[in-house]
Amino acid sequence: MSKKIGDVILDLQNISLRFGGVKALTDISFNVRQHEIRAIIGPNGAGKSSMLNVINGVYHPQEGQIFWHGQERKRMEPHMAAQQNIARTFQNIALFKGMTVLDNIMTGRITKMKANFIEHALWFGRAKNEELEHRKKVEEVIDFLEIQHIRKTPVGRLPYGLQKRVELGRALAAEPSMLLLDEPMAGMNVEEKQDMCRFILDVNDQFGTTIVLIEHDMGVVMDISDRVVVLDYGKKIGDGVPDEVKNNEDVIRAYLGAGH
Amino acid sequence: MLYREAGQFKTTYAADQQLFPIRQDRIGVLVLLAVAFFGVPLLASEYWFSAILIPFLIFALAALGLNILTGYAGQLSLGSAAFMAVGAYAAYNFQLRIEGMPILLSFICGGLTAAGVGILFGLPSLRIKGFYLAVATLAAQFFIVWCLTKFPWLSNNSSSGVISTQQLIILGYELKTPVEKYLLVLSIVVVLALAAKNLVRSSTGRAWMAVRDMDVAASVIGIKLMPTKLLAFAISSFYCGVAGALYAFCYLGSVEPDGFSLEMSFKILFMIIIGGVGSIMGSFMGAAFILLLPIFLDVALPFLAGIFGLPFSSATVSHIQILVFGALIMFFLIVEPHGLARLWQIAKEKLRLWPFPH
Repeated sequence: MSKKIGDVILDLQNISLRFGGVKALTDISFNVRQHEIRAIIGPNGAGKSSMLNVINGVYHPQEGQIFWHGQERKRMEPHMAAQQNIARTFQNIALFKGMTVLDNIMTGRITKMKANFIEHALWFGRAKNEELEHRKKVEEVIDFLEIQHIRKTPVGRLPYGLQKRVELGRALAAEPSMLLLDEPMAGMNVEEKQDMCRFILDVNDQFGTTIVLIEHDMGVVMDISDRVVVLDYGKKIGDGVPDEVKNNEDVIRAYLGAGH
Repeated sequence: MLYREAGQFKTTYAADQQLFPIRQDRIGVLVLLAVAFFGVPLLASEYWFSAILIPFLIFALAALGLNILTGYAGQLSLGSAAFMAVGAYAAYNFQLRIEGMPILLSFICGGLTAAGVGILFGLPSLRIKGFYLAVATLAAQFFIVWCLTKFPWLSNNSSSGVISTQQLIILGYELKTPVEKYLLVLSIVVVLALAAKNLVRSSTGRAWMAVRDMDVAASVIGIKLMPTKLLAFAISSFYCGVAGALYAFCYLGSVEPDGFSLEMSFKILFMIIIGGVGSIMGSFMGAAFILLLPIFLDVALPFLAGIFGLPFSSATVSHIQILVFGALIMFFLIVEPHGLARLWQIAKEKLRLWPFPH
């Protein structure tokens, strides 16, 4: 692979997150470098999704600091993540079920559209031009993900694998610099997984997007990620390149149990 | 065979994104508008205008307003009639208290006042959802009606808050006959319906639907929930407010606060349930259905009774109306939650393929 991994763009230091008395994350530090594919793995309930929610501002950690491009990030709201060019997909598909594939992906570009509702109602000025301009970008995403044939289908009618793909499309439409993927391959068959891997690698390669990925399929994780961080019971137990992590005693214990 | 898209190729995104992408739809809408503007005034009788067509258009507009809020933005509301009352009374007061106020501007100001009140009562939607929000909007329903009865200034000190609306004068010409009023209402409704259609196909509409379908994902994408929900309340109330002003000025001529009752709010809600939640055309279909059904039963039931020789009083007719109404609402909720508009859509899909099954 010829891609160039850059500097650290996201640095998490000593993050702790509690819900009442439940400790979801305890003192976790790790960083993400530009253009890399960073996987977060761990058994169920290890705090992986909470970690993503901390990164894009859905949860607010009680302790710790987050540095985004070298600057400390203060309290943030989810919509601010979008402004900082962080997009994500969800573990349980969070598409807008009543809308078509095209509209779902168009919604991904909503922060880039500037026309106000009066222009929309009267369909003049920026409203019309923006629709056309962004439609063009959206069609590029549709071509990239090979979903031209379902453009006008309401997403509720699509099979699971395609819905996952549309959700990736919605995230890509925002042209994010960082993409958070929460189990993009859960529940897919081998062929769908292969497609999804191809899309993730292509996104990383062609657009230079940094990817933070949660995934349970170890084969996939070890194959495509540059570095892996391992969580267990809200604590970090391993961090490094795939080979390193594979041979880490703590990681093996967490996955296979103590008495293996 | 007539309704077929084959051969209509779209070579630009503009062509694909126009209001009615299918040629037959465009022709259909133009024909419908031509009939409504030119055909109907020639054919219909005075009774049809003042008892059926004008209220139909006004209620369709109110239903459209509620549909924006409930169908597109997903915020349940039971305050539509109250927002209509705000529109009616505000338009009346603007007309009364400002010298030389054009009537159309009064309608718009009435709508804007309703929008302001709508935003106020939309504030709870930031914290509560669904059923509980509906209960919170009930507050609007009772508070506004109470307010209009309690403060005589709002109804120019008339007894029990009854207002008689001013004359309809546009550019020095007074609209008196039902036909003229019908054309005024029709023009306003057509303009506002087109605006609504534009709104829901733009990113404003997409933001509403995103909030409706999955609010967490919407906020992660960068949609700010608060402005989006409040905008839906404002625009919905604007539509209801204008509908209220038309209701007072063009339909009844004199209204009282109790006329804008909870029952009317429910009626508008039923219109969108039967017509189609989340559909512009559904609002019109629902309004037509709900308003025409009683008239139809009024005529049909005594006729049926005559055939079977049953003794039928007018009380029985109104009881049967309520029965049929309730049954139909249950039927739609169970069988076709997306209402008449969905049935129409299915019919169109079938027509495209006809006479082949697939």
